[in-house]
Amino acid sequence: MVVADQETITDSGSSDDEFALRVEDLQVYYGTPRGTVKAVDGVSFNLRQGERFALVGESGSGKSTLAMAIMRLTREPGHIAGGHIYLNGRDVVEMREREIRDIRLREMALVPQGAMNSLNPVMRVGDQIIDGILDHVPSGESAPNKARLNERVHELLERVGLDPAVSRLHPHELSGGMKQRVAMAIAISLDPNIIVADEPTSALDVVVQRQIMQTLGRLQEGLEAAVLLVGHDMGLVAQFADTIGVMYAGKLVEVGSVPDVFKDPRHPYTKLLIESLPSFDISRKFIGIPGMQPALLNLPPGCSFNPRCPSVHDRCYREVPEYLSIAGNRGVACHLYEEEAIP
Amino acid sequence: MANTTTRRVNPALTAKPNPVVAFVGAFFGNFIVRRFLLFLLTVWVAATVIFVLPRLTGQDPVKEKLLLEAQRGGSVQAGMNEMAQEYSARLGLDLPLHQQYVNYLYDLSRLDFGYSIAYFPRTVNDIIVDSIIWSFGLMTVTLALAFLIGTGAGALLGWSRSPGWLSYAFMPFLTLSAIPQYMLGLVMMFVFAIMLNLLPFFGAYSPGNLPEWSLSFILDMLRHAILPALSILLSAVGFWAIGMRGMMVNTQGEDFMVQADAKGLNGVRIFVRYAVRNALLPQVTGLAISFGTLLTGAVLVEVLFQYPGLGNTLFYAIRVSDFFQITGIVMTIIISLAFATMLIDMIYPLIDPRVKYTQN
Repeated sequence: MVVADQETITDSGSSDDEFALRVEDLQVYYGTPRGTVKAVDGVSFNLRQGERFALVGESGSGKSTLAMAIMRLTREPGHIAGGHIYLNGRDVVEMREREIRDIRLREMALVPQGAMNSLNPVMRVGDQIIDGILDHVPSGESAPNKARLNERVHELLERVGLDPAVSRLHPHELSGGMKQRVAMAIAISLDPNIIVADEPTSALDVVVQRQIMQTLGRLQEGLEAAVLLVGHDMGLVAQFADTIGVMYAGKLVEVGSVPDVFKDPRHPYTKLLIESLPSFDISRKFIGIPGMQPALLNLPPGCSFNPRCPSVHDRCYREVPEYLSIAGNRGVACHLYEEEAIP
Repeated sequence: MANTTTRRVNPALTAKPNPVVAFVGAFFGNFIVRRFLLFLLTVWVAATVIFVLPRLTGQDPVKEKLLLEAQRGGSVQAGMNEMAQEYSARLGLDLPLHQQYVNYLYDLSRLDFGYSIAYFPRTVNDIIVDSIIWSFGLMTVTLALAFLIGTGAGALLGWSRSPGWLSYAFMPFLTLSAIPQYMLGLVMMFVFAIMLNLLPFFGAYSPGNLPEWSLSFILDMLRHAILPALSILLSAVGFWAIGMRGMMVNTQGEDFMVQADAKGLNGVRIFVRYAVRNALLPQVTGLAISFGTLLTGAVLVEVLFQYPGLGNTLFYAIRVSDFFQITGIVMTIIISLAFATMLIDMIYPLIDPRVKYTQN
C-alpha cells in the first residue's frame, strides 16, 4: 500500500500500471430530504496487484458505500459526487454503462455481504455461475458449449471447496457457508484481478468465518488478484490483510501495513480501536470507545473525531486535518503528526 | 441419572417393516395422493353445507313454484297439495333428511344434480353444460389476456430502468381498475352499441342464428363477445399490473439483484431471469385464485349483456329459487375452484424450487 500521492509514485519510478486500483479523492453523497450525507468524503488510496487491503470502521463509517462505489453499484439516492477510481488504469467513474457491465466480473468481482440472499432463489447454482460467463463472451466469439461450461462450473466449485454436485442444487438447499462459497466461485469465474469482499463473513458463525477467509486467501493467491476486504472485525482483518485502512465518518483516517498499525497505531481512533480488542494475555475490564460516531448530516466543525478524542486540542475544533503521508509507507489524518509529514 | 440403564426404544423403529403397511404409508405419504384427498374433503364439506343451508330456510321450493304458477294463471288452488306431493316424490323431497343426504351424495359422486325445477323436465346438468361453454370461453380468454397484459405492464412499470413516460401511459388502466366491471360495461354498451351502433349490445350471437362451426357464426360470436370481454378486461388489467408492479419493486430491493448487477449481467437477463421470474410467483397464486372465480367472475357483466353464461343462469335460478339448479351451479363452481387450487399446488413446485412435495 502506498499513500495516494502522485509525487510518491513518480519518485519511486513506478508507473500507474503497478496499481490494480487507484482511488483518488472519491466522494459518494446521498441526497436526503434533510440534506446531503457525505458517506464517503475525499478518500484516496492505491491497491497494488496481489495486495490484500482491508477497510475497517464502525457501522456508518462509509466503508461499504466505498466498496459499492468502486464497483459502481451505488444506488439512488446515492451518487458519486467527485473523484476518480482507476481500475487497471481506466477510470470507472467516467465509464459508460456498457463498459462498466463488461468489466464487472471480468476485471473486478464482488463477494457480497449477506450471502444468504445474494443468490437467485429460483435458479440452480450452476446456472448462476454460467450466466455471468455467458454474458461476458466477447462479441463476435461464440459461446462455449454446454459441456465446457459445466466443466468450468465443476472446476470453480472444487476451487472453493464444494462438491461439483452442488451445481444442480438450488440456493435454499445450501448452508450459509456453502452459499458464500458459491458467491466466491461466481466472483472468480472470469479470473478478475480485483476482488471486492464486502463483509463476506457477516451472518456466519466463527468457525465458518475462518474457513471462508482461508478460502478467500487461497483464491487470491491463485489468481494473484488484489483484494479489498471490508469488515469491522479487527481480528479477522489482522489475520487476512497486508494493509489496513481505518475509516471514520466517511474519511480514511489511517493507512499502514497490518503489523505496523497494530504495533504502533497513530490516529487516536485507531489506538482506541486496537485497545478495545479483547486479549488473552491481559485480563482487564472491557472498554470500548466512549461516545458515538456523529451523524453524517451534522458533523462537528473541524475533525469529526473531536468529540471522542482523548488527545483533542484547540485546532481540532477549527481545522479538518489533512491526510498526510508519514514514514513507513503510512498515512494518517490527524493534527498530531504534522511534523512527521513527508511532503 | 446418567447410569440408568433402561432405555426406551420406539417399537416402530425396531419392528420389521410390514410391506402392506409400508405401501399404504407410502401411498398416503405421497403428496399428490394427499392433495387429492384434500380436494375430495373440500368438495364434501362444501356439498354438505349446500345441502343443509337451503333446508334451514324452511321454504318448500315445490310449493313456491306451484304458487307462482298459480298466481300467474289466476288463483286456481285446487289439487295443489296433490301436485306438490307428486313433484316432491319425484324429486325425492318427501324422504327423511338423512335419506335425502345419502341420495344427494350418491348423485353428487356421479355429478348428477337432478332436474331443474324451473325448466322441468330439463336436467340441471343439461342447463349447466349449455351455459358453461359461454362463461368458460369468455372468461378464459379475458383472464389470460388480462393476466398477460397486466403482468407484463406491471413488470415494466415496476422496473427502475423503464422510461418515465411509461407510468403516465399506463395511468388510464390503473384508473379503470377502480371502476366496477358492470359500470364500465354499461358505459361501453351506451357508447359502442347504442350511440355508435358498432357492436351488438346483448346475447352471445345474433337472434335467429344457431350455433354451428361456420366462419360467419364465429365472427358473429366474436362481435358479441367484444363488449362483455372488454368490460372485464379493462378493469382486470390494472389489477394484475398493480400487483406485479409492487412485487417488482420488492424484488429489486433483494440482495440477489445487487449481485446480478455486480456480475455484470445483461440487462435483459436481469429483468427476465432475476426480477420478473421472482416477482411472478405471487402473481401465479393470484391466477390460481382467479381460476376459481372463472366461471362466475362476471355474473353482473353476463346479466348486463344477457350473455347466456353460467353467471346469468345462476342469477335466474336464484330469482326463481330453483334449488337444484343453484346447487348444481354452486357445486360446479366449488369443484372447479378446488380443482384449480389443487392443480396450482401440484405445479407450484415446478416454478418455485423452494416449495417441494415433502413427506409428513
